[in-house]
Amino acid sequence: MSAAHLHLAVALDGAGWHPAAWRDPAAAPKDLFTAAYWAALVAEAEHGLLDFVTIEDSLGPQTTHLDGPDGRTDQVRGRFDAVLVASRVAPLTRRIGLVPTAVVTHTEPFHLASAVSTLDYVSAGRAGWRVQVSGRRTEAAHFGRRDIPELRPEHIGAAEPPPVFRELFDEAADAVEVVRRLWDSWEDDAEIRDVATGRFIDRDRLHYIDFEGAHFSVRGPSIVPRPPQGQPLVTALAHSRLPYEFAARSADVVYVTPHDAEQARAVVAEVRGLGAETLKIFADLVVFVGEDARNRRARLDELDGAAYTSDASIFTGTPGELADLLLDWRRAGLDGFRLRPAVLPTDLSAITRGLVPELQRRDAFRRAYRASTLRGHLGLLRPASRYVGSRR
Amino acid sequence: MKQVILAAHFPGVNNQTVWSDPASGSQIDFASFTHLARTAERGRFDFFFLADGQRLREQRGRIHDLDVVGRPDSLTVLSGLAAVTTHLGLAATVNATFNEPYDLARRIATLDHLSGGRAGWNVVTSSDAFTGENFRRGGYLDHSQRYERAEEFVRTTRELWDSWAAEDLVADPVTGTFATREAGAFAHRGTHFDIGGRFTVPRSPQRHPLTIQAGDSDGGREFAAATADAIFSRHGRPAEGQAFYRDIAARVAAHGRAPGSLKILPGATFALGDTDAEAQEHADHIRRQQVSPQTAILLLEQLWNRDLSAYDPEGPLPEIDPDVSEDRSIIKGRAGMYRDRLKTAAEWRALAEQKRLGIRDLIIEVTGRQSFIGSPARVAEEINESVQSDAADGFILVPHLTPTGLDEFVDKVVPLLQERGVFRTEYGTTTLRGHLGLENNG
Ligand SMILES: Cc1cc2nc3c(=O)[nH]c(=O)nc-3n(C[C@H](O)[C@H](O)[C@H](O)COP(=O)(O)O)c2cc1C
Repeated sequence: MSAAHLHLAVALDGAGWHPAAWRDPAAAPKDLFTAAYWAALVAEAEHGLLDFVTIEDSLGPQTTHLDGPDGRTDQVRGRFDAVLVASRVAPLTRRIGLVPTAVVTHTEPFHLASAVSTLDYVSAGRAGWRVQVSGRRTEAAHFGRRDIPELRPEHIGAAEPPPVFRELFDEAADAVEVVRRLWDSWEDDAEIRDVATGRFIDRDRLHYIDFEGAHFSVRGPSIVPRPPQGQPLVTALAHSRLPYEFAARSADVVYVTPHDAEQARAVVAEVRGLGAETLKIFADLVVFVGEDARNRRARLDELDGAAYTSDASIFTGTPGELADLLLDWRRAGLDGFRLRPAVLPTDLSAITRGLVPELQRRDAFRRAYRASTLRGHLGLLRPASRYVGSRR
Repeated sequence: MKQVILAAHFPGVNNQTVWSDPASGSQIDFASFTHLARTAERGRFDFFFLADGQRLREQRGRIHDLDVVGRPDSLTVLSGLAAVTTHLGLAATVNATFNEPYDLARRIATLDHLSGGRAGWNVVTSSDAFTGENFRRGGYLDHSQRYERAEEFVRTTRELWDSWAAEDLVADPVTGTFATREAGAFAHRGTHFDIGGRFTVPRSPQRHPLTIQAGDSDGGREFAAATADAIFSRHGRPAEGQAFYRDIAARVAAHGRAPGSLKILPGATFALGDTDAEAQEHADHIRRQQVSPQTAILLLEQLWNRDLSAYDPEGPLPEIDPDVSEDRSIIKGRAGMYRDRLKTAAEWRALAEQKRLGIRDLIIEVTGRQSFIGSPARVAEEINESVQSDAADGFILVPHLTPTGLDEFVDKVVPLLQERGVFRTEYGTTTLRGHLGLENNG
């Protein structure tokens, strides 16, 4: 792959990122809760040779409020477990990376490690994970095991967020550390099938991880042998210092949300300044792509009763204009982009059939998959287990 | 005539799997799961079944290394299998001790959607503090509390599954209503769970995915009789099976449930041959591979609860008695199998004496479970006879080879069951509940 090539991912969520997307004539709102819907989207993304898709998730329904249901009936509410969606589409695709979201706050790192490892087996080395922290009091109430204070607008982007949020990110970092240790807890060649001694495994190549943290301790080893990629891709979305620190410490890819090339430069500098030399930095953009993009956006805004806003910058324009923007922003030091199609499947196929050929013409995107694993697409090597050579 | 229910167990972590056989393939690659699932579907099986364990077993303080070790996350691998099968039920064993209802109900309901109504859940209570060392809450639940929690867990997941009515998902672009205001609202206040809010998964095809139960104590049986759709039982032999069947039927009635609403499915192995004699030879060969000399000592230790590594596997049983101290177990990560160690040891001694068996041969004899051995005709007849005589409603078959262990059964035994009119030739329904003749709650 040429060094000049961009990395491109798409973020799949419901009927698309615009809240009224499901009412667009191209949408298929009745199909959102079928396997065929997700399979078709991921197949389209693979057709466009994209590095990976992410699949959104949360431990509570979508809402326009920071915390808690908003009572709206005119937007998509409800979603599947994203890891299972990724696994369901894995056998139907061959190359594209599959990066489901999974929340670490109320779940067990031991289970997450197993689930993502298993996705890596089902997809033969194409699994990733978007680590998500749940700071919502209402989601905590779905579990009833801990209290989280209400998230308020003034907490967002605050220089010093409430201590509980630092705690949640520290806990998330612990969870990722546990998951990564569990992935390494079997050395690659632990299964020996030695008929002479009757041993299926060499237990000296299995390792207790003995993690002790503030929120949990985990003994290990994993119940799943080391996954095909060794370490599936860990990714995180970040908007401010605290999550940047988390991503720098824990992730392989961070999605950031600059609103112009200048901001992109500043964010890249800030993240790199945290000592994250090998971390891949992707910018998130919501995209309406095509000749009629502006009209579509206006129509949907009208249906929703409000002008659409997002944490990420919103692009509206032609594939050529989007290519210009991506190549311009990339000079800020970004490794790639995660595009959030505003309407599915319309903006996804505009990416795969409009943007991708445009980037290929400019020699800025691959013309064929060169690797078969997700780490391979990103030029990341398969790491050795950290435990090789250590006893148990 | 009763129809036979058949499920295929992916041979997993125990000494059933003859991994040393040259025909034995990967225990973890997705291709192995695909092969076995597709074979089961080709044979029109009711469902595919995965067992579970959340900590690698240890004996004498060391990880087991003689049997297959390592398995995937059940629901995740089943979701992949939903893509390569069309009718086969997909059942995962998931414990109710180290999970939370909201998360697990979401995962199971998601699988039910993604498979078009084929999801099943074997609710186990899992073992102990040893397994708990891998989880946030540790392992503080004692045996009776585990069932209390499991019962409330199942009740809670059903409340979550019911939290979306069929009409709550509107998705009408013209009126602009996607979901009703009440969609997913739930509140559960109980001893183990005090939770409320909104559930994210709309009503799934089966509404209540199939629940299976696998514990055998009084508490376990009561739990099954009160809540489950099927039991994975240990009692497959005819007389024992009939006694178990009657016991469960009485409990089901006492809970006010309809007869036949709880299906009893013992685990069973099988060995086939062109003649009965050839099959028996094959079965003996399999058993000797499953119980190597080293494995024989390990299995003996599990009853004796002592280090017996110095004993000769071909020699006599130990003179000393089992260690019956409650608080010390030589094996970790496996549900207790022996309630009265001294009594069982006395029985084993008597049997060894009577049949002049050394340790290994005795272990082969006493650890075997229900196994159908013979020509395809004999095996088909025995399975059918067990079902017609109410020793079972069907069987969860455990092949000894991964992933090809079911091929011969599907090619040779299934057609004979079909000829007798006791097993489907085509799927009549698309849901797991439908296959089992249980009401679709959808
Ligand atoms: C046939 C059978 C299969 C079982 N399979 C599993 C399993 O796969 N995973 C697990 O954690 N427990 C399994 N169990 C254990 C039970 O869930 C339960 O914890 C154990 O049997 C103790 O409960 P009891 O005293 O009621 O039998 C199984 C039990 C039986 C009888």
